Amino acid sequence: MHFPCLSFYQILAVFLRHIFVSYKKYPQYSSYLEILNNSKRKGENMSICSEKAIIYHQEKINEYYYSLWLITQVASTARAGQFISLYSKDKSRLLPRPLSICEIDREKQLICLIYRINGEGTKEFSHLQANDEIDILGPLGNGFPLQDKPALLIGGGAGIIPLWELAKSLPGEKILVQGYRSLAESIFPKEAWNPFVNESYVCTEDGSLGEKGNVLDVIRNKSLTAQVIYSCGPRPMLKAVKDYAESLSIPAWISLEEHMACGIGACLACVCKTKHKDKHSEVHYQRVCKEGPVFLAEEVDLS
Amino acid sequence: MNCGVKLGNISLKSPLLPASGTFASGKEYSEFVDLNSLGAVVTKGVSAQPWSGNPMPRIAETASGMLNAIGLQNAGVEHFIQEDLPFLKQMKAKIIVNICGKTIEDYLQVVERLSSESVDFLEINISCPNIKEGGIAFGQNAQNIFEITSLIKKKAKQPIMIKLSPNVTDIKEMAKAAQEGGADAISLINTLTGTKIDIHQRKFVLANQTGGLSGPAIKPIALNMVYQAAQAVSIPLIGMGGIQSGEDAIEFLMAGATAVAVGTSLFRYPGIFQEILLAIQDYMRRYKVKNIKDIIGIL
Repeated sequence: MHFPCLSFYQILAVFLRHIFVSYKKYPQYSSYLEILNNSKRKGENMSICSEKAIIYHQEKINEYYYSLWLITQVASTARAGQFISLYSKDKSRLLPRPLSICEIDREKQLICLIYRINGEGTKEFSHLQANDEIDILGPLGNGFPLQDKPALLIGGGAGIIPLWELAKSLPGEKILVQGYRSLAESIFPKEAWNPFVNESYVCTEDGSLGEKGNVLDVIRNKSLTAQVIYSCGPRPMLKAVKDYAESLSIPAWISLEEHMACGIGACLACVCKTKHKDKHSEVHYQRVCKEGPVFLAEEVDLS
Repeated sequence: MNCGVKLGNISLKSPLLPASGTFASGKEYSEFVDLNSLGAVVTKGVSAQPWSGNPMPRIAETASGMLNAIGLQNAGVEHFIQEDLPFLKQMKAKIIVNICGKTIEDYLQVVERLSSESVDFLEINISCPNIKEGGIAFGQNAQNIFEITSLIKKKAKQPIMIKLSPNVTDIKEMAKAAQEGGADAISLINTLTGTKIDIHQRKFVLANQTGGLSGPAIKPIALNMVYQAAQAVSIPLIGMGGIQSGEDAIEFLMAGATAVAVGTSLFRYPGIFQEILLAIQDYMRRYKVKNIKDIIGIL
């Protein structure tokens, strides 16, 4: 794997630390609502851009994944954990493809997306080249609330992608655990995280990279603890993360994935079951694209 | 150049409306769409009590279309009046509330509850293919359409339009039944029932198994049904089904629709209303059409 910008990341990390130390601190975890209401997550002052982004750079980073850098205004307001909708040029594909933001460079107005080919839409994106244009909508959804306390970041498969910007943005101590099926499907080398996290672990189901096993095996074997968890990955992994957080009585912010249509909360195609009635709909569902994709694990039903 | 149209006694400044269910109650899209430029805002289906809708997954993309089986998830009429209506009232656009129910009593309850509210038109959804009871069950039989229309018309303080299903043998009979029942207008078409199979998992993609097909894939069917209905009735029609351009909208107007609704194409491009309106105005300039009414139903 090839990371041309690693030294650039290191410089940026120092710079970002300065920014985020003075960044608005989220209140200590007391209740879900308090954090939501007191944070910038509600989206007042934030507007969604519907625009043509320009491709800055695209490269295939391994057998499966592509990294796509867009020049876009979205960079000025986007935060870790939010996503962008990308529209196909082929009009027979009506629905936008929601992709989570991997990295934000506010100064250069750049957003990095990492994705794999899942169908015809993403296949079309893989052919985009520098200076091409693409219709986008974003930033969408609510990102991860940044809490200044020892954090455990857990990413599985493509779920690792939004944790990259999160690792850069979080002010406190952090431990990163990433799990993949195999070396071939891995995205970030363990060392890539060193500029942003205190400890970095990697595991694969077949043992071809790092420890053999899943992320929870690593966490238990190394007795990794924290006061807050941030996670994104496949449902079974998120369920295990939720259970683990509940056993430690610490909050876990998890990012969910769903098929989406409008991406802005109008069509109700992407909902998840919730413990409490949603104020918007009076039923036990919340919109993944609008109230999510990041939820407090104890608030959602992943069964 | 006049783009205004009339639905009965209600004047719309533009013939463009959002299709019910794609636009929620307007708030979400108001960041991208100038609601005041629309002929009206058409809300998502409102029922007497909150409805949870169907399990996930609720949507699937198909060639030039999409299947949805949302199942009319909504917060109920009380919540609509408290939370959504005040926002809509601030807008200049007319308000059309879509009403759904599982029994005739359900429909009547919503109609009565809205009677004292400032709502301009009621759209009666008797054609949703995604709920087991009610909905489409009322909309596939001319006698049922006549009865439910008559009952609602007696109770309603606002004018009513009946939303018809394309999943019927003869759309003309259904349109006539709505007119005879006293409908002030007819909107058509709702979605066509369809399905999709995941061959890797060997199961249906939608949790509901079937969903409603919308998008450009259904446009020729919708256009023909609007034309058929226009030949059968004299009340105004709101045409919809796969409209994604000014040309599409004009086709529906020529086929006999007084106004047109855009739904699924909004998901492809949130600025679609502005684009379609400009294209209609370009057309009118090019062919020296001074009043849009001059092209409605010319075929």
